[in-house]
Amino acid sequence: MVNTQVTLSGLTLSNPVIPASGTFGYGYEFAQVYDINILGSFSFKGTTREPRFGNNPPRVAETASGMLNAVGLQNPGIDRVIGEELPKLRRVFHKPVVANISGFSLDEYAECCARIDREEQVGIIEVNISCPNVHCGGMSFGTSPESAAQVTRAVKAVTTKPVYMKLSPNVTDIAAIARACEEAGADGVSLINTLMGMRIDLKRRRPLLGNVTGGLSGPAVFPVALRMVWQVYEAVKIPIIGMGGVASAEDVIEMMLAGATAVEVGAANLVDPLASKKIVDELPRTMERLGIENLTDIIGGAHHG
Amino acid sequence: MLDTSFEILSNREIAKNTWEMTLRGDTRGVAPGQFVNLKLPGFYLRRPISVCDFDAGSLTLIYKVVGHGTEAMAALPAGETLDVLTGLGNGYDTGPSGPRPLLIGGGVGVPPLYALAKALLREGKAPSVILGFNSADEVFYREEFRALGLEPAVTTADGSLGRKGFVTAAMDVPYTYFYTCGPEPMLRAVYAKSVTSGQFSLEERMGCGFGACMGCTCKTKTSHKRICKDGPVLTKEELAW
Repeated sequence: MVNTQVTLSGLTLSNPVIPASGTFGYGYEFAQVYDINILGSFSFKGTTREPRFGNNPPRVAETASGMLNAVGLQNPGIDRVIGEELPKLRRVFHKPVVANISGFSLDEYAECCARIDREEQVGIIEVNISCPNVHCGGMSFGTSPESAAQVTRAVKAVTTKPVYMKLSPNVTDIAAIARACEEAGADGVSLINTLMGMRIDLKRRRPLLGNVTGGLSGPAVFPVALRMVWQVYEAVKIPIIGMGGVASAEDVIEMMLAGATAVEVGAANLVDPLASKKIVDELPRTMERLGIENLTDIIGGAHHG
Repeated sequence: MLDTSFEILSNREIAKNTWEMTLRGDTRGVAPGQFVNLKLPGFYLRRPISVCDFDAGSLTLIYKVVGHGTEAMAALPAGETLDVLTGLGNGYDTGPSGPRPLLIGGGVGVPPLYALAKALLREGKAPSVILGFNSADEVFYREEFRALGLEPAVTTADGSLGRKGFVTAAMDVPYTYFYTCGPEPMLRAVYAKSVTSGQFSLEERMGCGFGACMGCTCKTKTSHKRICKDGPVLTKEELAW
């Protein structure tokens, strides 16, 4: 009997599989096809202070072994997430959730995180710092160690729950950003967010996405994500939630060997609504085949010896 | 939503670049105006295709070859098995149709109206049908509608078959309600010309097809709707046109 439990900042998960923000809504669609309580947790749709419609269509495009999305953080805003979505979510999911929070200013991050921190069902706050800073020429918070640290400090000052900073891969040195977050008090880091990309419509000779650029995800990004998890593991002591193209139990184990304590599954949920369930089901068999008794034992295992 | 597998029974070109695929599998929960989402070998995202017809154990889909995905779909042989998500989208509501609903389809917007026509006939209603195409070589399903006892008015943009012009040229018939599906410029023209309430089946590029990714959201008069989950059918009153 293998042990799939992992612990993130004191929060014990029955397994490390966490559907990623933006690919799982608030869980309802998936709860119609399987009991989502088998998941370690899930990260709900990125939430901002104000309701957002998001970007103009088209918002998605296919790529080789993956997809681009430019949804643009469509969400009902923090008031309705707390007032309407969380009460509904509670009926289908009975474990602590990961609350994914986005913002366009330090104030917005702090306000949203302070409010979500008071919600009983929130186990971890995952702070998306890939958004543009409206007070700083639109540069993404996640692209400099200083601004990443500023967001971390602003959020840590107003919260009691574990704060995981979700890092952008569109940077020169992700390890430096992770270190800055750790020094600023982050309890953990989540990586990677999507890689910026684009497609052009050959018939119209125009960018395919309404937003011109979008974020690449899916199996195409897995090796990049794995490399970044590896680098960040070497740079920080706080736990890592690894993600990027994970589509199988083997991918989960690879991510953990690179240094992840838990693993998020993103685009795979959109192609196969049962993807995360299949990974949870596969995991014990895959561990047995690979001679792994305790999943916790393999975290960062590829770095040693 | 049901995640199931279907076996291809036939796959043939029925008009210029327009293919009909029949499949065998579990059609429980499939309704007129809904769509299915097909996983094609070699492609990452699924392909959403509207339901043209179905019975207890088979499903008919009609699709236009417009890119690599649909090209690959056209090359699939009978006997192949596909992973299919069924029961997606809200579908048409036949409740408000009244006794003489008008069905207006353009191009590959025609297929969902076929299953709808059958459903309306079963309810004892007398639908009128307008089918619009670019030219005679793109016309399909005229005979299938006739076999239901309906006589569709056909329009072609170039006048090579039926009345020359767009579907709106044939809307001068009495009707109690309307249902329409087709390219957006056509839908907007129908919206402008229609004299009753009605339902529009819309199209958008989709990520998941079941409401999770927010990839296909559109603005309505009162809210934001996911075409895949809250649509694809929206009422005339909801559209912010």
